[in-house]
Amino acid sequence: MSSPLLHATVCCYAFECSSFLTNPITYGYMDGFDSAVQCVTVLYWVCDPQMIARGKNASDLFPAVVKNVACKNIEVKKLVYVYLVRYAEEQQDLALLSISTFQRGLKDPNQLIRASALRVLSSIRVTIIVPIMMLAIKEAASDMSPYVRKTAAHAIPKLYSLDPEQKDCLIEVIEKLLADKTTLVAGSVVMAFEEVCPERIDLIHKNYRKLCNLLIDVEEWGQVVIINMLTRYARTQFLNPNMNEDKEEKEKKKTEATAIVKRKPYVMDPDHRLLLRNTKPLLQSRNAAVVMAVAQLYFHLAPKAEVGVIAKALVRLMRSHSEVQYVVLQNVATMSIKRRGMFEPYLKSFYIRSTDPTQIKVLKLEVLTNLANETNISTILREFQTYIKSNDKDFVAATIQAIGRCATNIGEVRDTCLNGLVQLLSNRDELVVAESVVVIKKLLQMQPEQHSDIIKHMAKLTDNIQVPMARASILWLIGEYCEHVPKIAPDVLRKMAKTFTNEEDIVKLQIINLAAKLYLTNSKQTKLLTQYVLNLAKYDQNYDIRDRARFIRQLIVPTDKSGALSKYAKKLFLALKPAPVLESPFKDRDHFQLGSLSHLLNAKAGGYQVLPDWPEAAPDPSVRNVEVKESVRAVETVTARDRGPLGPSSGEDVKKSEKKSKPRIGSSESESEEDDDSESESSESEEEESEEESEEETKKKKKVGNERLENTRTTDIHTHTHSERRNTHILNCDSQPNTIASVQVFDTICKPAWLYMQFLLNPPLPVSVPQTIIPSGNLKTYELLHRITGEGLSVEYCFSRQPFSPDPHMVAVKIQFTNSATSEAKSLHVEDAKLQSGMRIKEFPEIEVLPAGETISVVMGIDFCDSTQFLEFCDPNHCTVLLKFFVSIQPPVGELMMPIFMTENEFKKEQGEHRNQCMEIKQYGPHFDCHAVVQRVTTAANLSRVPCGSDKECRFAGKTVTSGSLVLVSVVTKEDGAAQLTVNCEKMVIGTMLVKDIHQALTQ
Amino acid sequence: MQLPAKMIHSLFLVNSSGDIFLEKHWKSVVSRSVCDYFFEAQERASEPENVPPVIPTPHHYLISVLRHRIYFVAVIQSEVPPLFVIEFLHRVVDTFQDYFGVCTEAAIKDNVVVVYELLEEMLDNGFPLATESNILKELIKPPTILRTVVNTITGSTNVGEQLPTGQLSVVPWRRTGVKYTNNEAYFDVVEEIDAIIDKSGSTITAEIQGVIDACVKLTGMPDLTLSFMNPRLLDDVSFHPCVRFKRWEAERILSFIPPDGNFRLLSYHVSCQNLVAIPVYVKHNITFREGSSQGRFELTLGPKQTMGKGLEAVLISSQLPRGVLNTNLNPSQGTYNFDPVTKLLSWDVGKINPQKLPSLKGSMSLQAGASKPDENPTINIQFKIQQSALSGLKVNRLDMYGEKYKPFKGIKYMTKAGKFQVRT
Repeated sequence: MSSPLLHATVCCYAFECSSFLTNPITYGYMDGFDSAVQCVTVLYWVCDPQMIARGKNASDLFPAVVKNVACKNIEVKKLVYVYLVRYAEEQQDLALLSISTFQRGLKDPNQLIRASALRVLSSIRVTIIVPIMMLAIKEAASDMSPYVRKTAAHAIPKLYSLDPEQKDCLIEVIEKLLADKTTLVAGSVVMAFEEVCPERIDLIHKNYRKLCNLLIDVEEWGQVVIINMLTRYARTQFLNPNMNEDKEEKEKKKTEATAIVKRKPYVMDPDHRLLLRNTKPLLQSRNAAVVMAVAQLYFHLAPKAEVGVIAKALVRLMRSHSEVQYVVLQNVATMSIKRRGMFEPYLKSFYIRSTDPTQIKVLKLEVLTNLANETNISTILREFQTYIKSNDKDFVAATIQAIGRCATNIGEVRDTCLNGLVQLLSNRDELVVAESVVVIKKLLQMQPEQHSDIIKHMAKLTDNIQVPMARASILWLIGEYCEHVPKIAPDVLRKMAKTFTNEEDIVKLQIINLAAKLYLTNSKQTKLLTQYVLNLAKYDQNYDIRDRARFIRQLIVPTDKSGALSKYAKKLFLALKPAPVLESPFKDRDHFQLGSLSHLLNAKAGGYQVLPDWPEAAPDPSVRNVEVKESVRAVETVTARDRGPLGPSSGEDVKKSEKKSKPRIGSSESESEEDDDSESESSESEEEESEEESEEETKKKKKVGNERLENTRTTDIHTHTHSERRNTHILNCDSQPNTIASVQVFDTICKPAWLYMQFLLNPPLPVSVPQTIIPSGNLKTYELLHRITGEGLSVEYCFSRQPFSPDPHMVAVKIQFTNSATSEAKSLHVEDAKLQSGMRIKEFPEIEVLPAGETISVVMGIDFCDSTQFLEFCDPNHCTVLLKFFVSIQPPVGELMMPIFMTENEFKKEQGEHRNQCMEIKQYGPHFDCHAVVQRVTTAANLSRVPCGSDKECRFAGKTVTSGSLVLVSVVTKEDGAAQLTVNCEKMVIGTMLVKDIHQALTQ
Repeated sequence: MQLPAKMIHSLFLVNSSGDIFLEKHWKSVVSRSVCDYFFEAQERASEPENVPPVIPTPHHYLISVLRHRIYFVAVIQSEVPPLFVIEFLHRVVDTFQDYFGVCTEAAIKDNVVVVYELLEEMLDNGFPLATESNILKELIKPPTILRTVVNTITGSTNVGEQLPTGQLSVVPWRRTGVKYTNNEAYFDVVEEIDAIIDKSGSTITAEIQGVIDACVKLTGMPDLTLSFMNPRLLDDVSFHPCVRFKRWEAERILSFIPPDGNFRLLSYHVSCQNLVAIPVYVKHNITFREGSSQGRFELTLGPKQTMGKGLEAVLISSQLPRGVLNTNLNPSQGTYNFDPVTKLLSWDVGKINPQKLPSLKGSMSLQAGASKPDENPTINIQFKIQQSALSGLKVNRLDMYGEKYKPFKGIKYMTKAGKFQVRT
C-alpha cells in the first residue's frame, strides 16, 4: 500500500505523539500499513497544522510521502496532494520530483483526473514551476471538457498570486475563457477576472449578453461574483435611469427656477434592461448571498419604481440565521434612508423580540427609526415604549436614542417624546436616566423657552446622577439657558465647585463652561465662584482643563492687558447655537457598494473596487454586439417559409417576417415602458437580430469577394429611397408607427436594404411552397393535446428529421392537428411561447380554419439550443377561437442532432481526436445482429450510418443542430457476442443522455 | 507587493470554552494568533450570540457564525461579500450535520479525516467548489457504523473509488446511477408561525413561514411536478436550484429533477393580507407588589382556532426578572423548572386538553428590599399541530415523468410555533 520508508518513519512519529494514539481510528496502525485507512490517517496527522504548532514539523517526511503520489488508491493520492501543497514551499527541490506525475495526469483521457492534476499543480507554490503552470493553464483553457476549463479558471488567480509578472499572459487566457459558453466555466472565470484584471472592463463587452443569459444556470457562488461584477460594469456603460428625478431633486434643493435644463427623455439601454430582467428571478434563490447580490444590483442600477421588488426578498432573509440577519439589516438600514417607501409595508417585520441578540435589536431599531414618518410614528412609539422596559440596558439606551431621532425628524411628536423621556428621568436605572438626559439636551436645544421646567427638573438630578456624560449634558444645558433658570444656575455651580476635584474630565470642562457663562450673565452672584473654579482648574492634572481655564480667564476676566477679544466674550459664549441634527450612522453609506465588506465596516477594505458613478453620456452600446458565424440565415428567412395547405397569403407572411425584424428597429427605443417576463421571447429574438445586424454591418464593411453581399450593396445603392419608403410602409401596417421615430443612423443605411432583399425574394404573389414531409413509419409521434382535453381538437407532433430550411439551427417539428369535433376550429396559432433562455422558435403560420373531421399538418422550427435541462420548452399555446391550451414539447435527445456523412477513416480520425470527450461504454449480452442495431440506433437518434466493411462494428455520425458539435456513436460486437457502445460528444449532457437513450433502445 | 487574495483564506473552529480545536488553511498558513481578536470580541460580548459576525483586524477580517455552540471563524484578507462567506460557513455546518448526524465538537473530532476531506473538496483556493451534498457524497461517503467496521476489516476507505460525474452534468445536484428497490417520495409541509401578542391578547404581528422538505428516493432521473390547490397563498418563495423558475412563474407548478435524498425544496412566506389565525391563547397574571417580597404568578393556556387539531408538545419558557429569587409554582399538568441562576422558567406542558386547560399558579419570592422589577417577563411558547398547515396550503398532486415505475408518494403537514412571544 505504501512505501516501507513512509511506514517506518511515520511509525516513529506516531509513537512520539500521544494524542495520535487517542484517536480511535488509528488504533490499528501498529499492525503495519496494510490498510489504506491507516495510511490515510497517518497522512492526515502529518498534514495536521496542529502538529506544526507543537513544533513537530512533518516536512522531513517529504520524500517518503511524495513517493506515494503515484499510488493507485484515490484517498491516499488525495492526501498526498494535500501534503504536497502544504509543504512544497519548504521543500522546493523535492517538490519538483512530483511535477512529472502531474504533467502525466494532465494528459489523462479522464477529464476528472486532468482537472485534479491541474488543481494540485497550480496549488504548489514554487516559483520555478511557473512556466509549467502557465503552459498547463493555457492548454487546459482549450480543453474539450468544460470541467477542465473551469479548473483552469480556478488556477489563474493562484498563478497570479505566485507570480504577478504573468498578468498579461493570464489576461489572454481569461479573455479566451470569458468567451466560453458553458455555465460551468462562467462563474469561475469571472472570479479570476475580478482577481487579476478587474479594471479591464473592455473584456466584458463581447460577453455581456451571454453572461446575462447564462446567469440563471450558473452555480450559486458564481452567480454572486458575476452579479457584483456586472453591477460595476453597468455603472460604466449605461445611463442613470433615475437621472431626471435626481436632477429634479437637486433643482428643488437649489430652488433655481431658471435652471430648466434641457432634459433628454431617458431611454433605457436594452442591455441594461436585459440585466435587470435576468437577475430578477434570482431573488428567489435559497442562497442569501445571491439574493443580496441581486438586491444591491437593483438598488444601484434599477429605476426608482422598480427597486421595490427587492424588499420582499430581503425581509425574507431576515428569518435566516442571525449572522445573515445582521448583514441584511445593515444593508436594509442604508437602503431605508434613501428609499424609505420600499420597506414601509414590512414595518412589522422589524419589530423586536426579547429573544433577539442585542446587535440585531439595535439594527432593527435603526431601521424602524428610518422608516418612521407622520403616519406610522404613533405605532412605532408605542412599540418603543415596550422596548424601554426591557432588561437589556444597552438596547434600552439605543431605544432612547431612537426616540430622540424620531422627535427631531417629526415635529408633531416632539412634545410627546419629550414628555416620555422626562418620565424616564425618574427611572431606577441610571443608564436609562443618563441616556435620556443626553437626548433631552439635544431636543431642548430646539425650543428651550418652553421648557424651563424640564431644565429645572434636570438641575435637581445633578445630586443623584453619576454618569459623566449625563452630568456634563445637564451642566451644559443650565449654562446655555441660564437666563431661563436664573435662580437655580448659580446654586448648581456652587455645588459643582464643591465636587470639582472628584469629577470626570468632561464634567470638569462643562463646569468651567458653566462658570464662564454665568460670570458673563450674572457676575454679581458668581464672580467669586468662577474665580474659585478657575483656580482649581489651573492646577488640574489634565492639561486640557488647565488650557481651558487659562483661555477662559483671559477671555472673560477684564484685566489691563485683556485683548480685543474680551469685548466679544458674551457673543462667543452665548451665541445662538444651531440645534444638532440627529443623523443615522448609516447615512451616505451607500457610496460603498451594498452587500460588500467595505459597506458593512464603513471603511474601505483591501481589494475593494469602487462603484463608479454613472457616465454623463452612454458609451457606444454597439461594443456589446456579437458576431454570428452563420450569415445566410437572415436572408433566407422568408424565402423558404414553410406553409401548410391552408397557409396564409404571402402578404401576411411579409408581415410576419416584418414582425420578427421589428423589435430590432425599435431596439434603440427599447421596451422601457413595458417589462415583464412574458416578453422574454421578443427580447431573445431581438438580441439575436441585433447580432445579425451587426454581422451584416461588418460584412458590409469588409465585403471582400462576397457575391451575395455585393448584390446587396448594389441593391442598396439603387433602391435606397425606394426601400426606405417600403420600410416605412411595412412598419406602418404593423400598427406601431412610432417605432420608426428612433431608427438610428446605421439602421437607415443597412436595414432597408436588408428588408428589401426579403421583399425581392418574396414576391407579392401568393406562392405556396408545399412542405414535403416524408411520412415515415418509424417516426414516433407524441401527443401534445388529447382529444378530450382539447375539446375535440387533438394535436400530435413528431420530429420530422427534415432539415428546417428557414433556419438550419432549428429542429423541425411536425405538428398535426385533427379536428374531431362537430364544428370547425378557427385561427389555430401559437400564442405566447415561453422559451428557456437561448431557445428560439419559428412559429407555423396561423391556420385560419380547420373544418370538422379534417386533419392538417404544419411544421415549426425550434432551436432547443442543444439543451436538455429545459427540454420541456414550454407551451406553444394553441389557441382556438375560445380556448387556450397550455402544452409543451419535449424533444428526446436523439432529435437534437442531424446526420452527417462521414467515411470510416474520417470517423476513426475524429474519434481519436475526441478521445477526451464524453466516452460512455456499456456492455451488452450476446446475440446482436448488425441490422437490428442500425435500425434501433437510427430510431433512437437522428444519425447516419458510417459505411464500413465489417459487420462486427456499426458506426454512426451526426452533429447537434444548434452548435454543430460532432456526435459519434459506435457499437462494436466482440468475439464472445457481447457488444460495446461508445458515444463521443463534446457536449457532456447530450452525450450522457444519448448513451442512456441508445442503451434503452438496444436493450428493449 | 501585497496582492489581494480573495475569498476564504483559513478556517478555525472554536468551541464554547474558547479553544481552537480544528484549523484548515487553503492558502498559506495564517497563525492562529489571529483568533485573539476574536476572543477579545467574545469577551466583550455579554451573550455568545452577540459576538459581531464581522471583526476587522489589522491584516485580516474575521467572519464567524455560531452554530451548535461552535464558532466557525473564517479568515479573509480582502473585500468579499460578507454574506458569501456566512452562507458558505452555514453550508459547511449543514454538510457536517448531514454527514455525522450532529455537528458537535466530539463528532468533528471523531471524524477529523472526513472533515478535512470535505473541507478540501468544498473550497479550492478559497473559492467554493463542490457544495452540493449529492456530489460530496459521491466523492466522500458518509461514515456509518457498518462502513467503519467493514473498512477496518477490508482496508477500504470512505473515499469513493469512482469520480463523480454529477459535477459535469447539467443537473449537478443529482448524483447519477441512483437505484432503489422501493421508490418513494415524501414531502413534509412544515409551517412556522411567528407572532408577537401584546398584554391584552391582541396580535401585534403574526406571520407564517413554511418550508417543504423532501425526502426523495427514486431510481434514475425522475422529473417531478408538484402542484398546489391554492398556490396564490404563497406570497414569497425561494427555491432549491432544481426548481424550474419559468414554469413556476407561468403556471405556479413546481417542476424539478430532485436531488437524491433529503433536501429543502421550497421555503415560502404567506402573505400578510391573510389574517393569521392564532392557535393558542394565554391568560396571565404576573404581578409584583412594591415593598413586598412576594409576587404572584398565574398562567393558563387554551387552544384557539386550531381547526379541530390538538396542540402538542407545548413548552413555555420565560426569562423572569433578575430580582426573582425562587418560585413556588403548581402546574396542573406537565413539569416545570426554574433555574435560580439564569432566572429561566420553563414549563413542559405536553398536550393541551380543551376540556381541562393547563395552568401554572403560585408565588415568586423576590429579593428582600429590592425594588419591584419594572418589566414583566415575556412568555415564549412552543407547540406543534400535526396534520395541518395553518395557512391552509394544500398540495394538489405529484406527478412523475421520465421513469416508468410507480413511486410511493406521501405528504405530511405540520404547524409549529416559530418565534411566538406573548408580552405581559
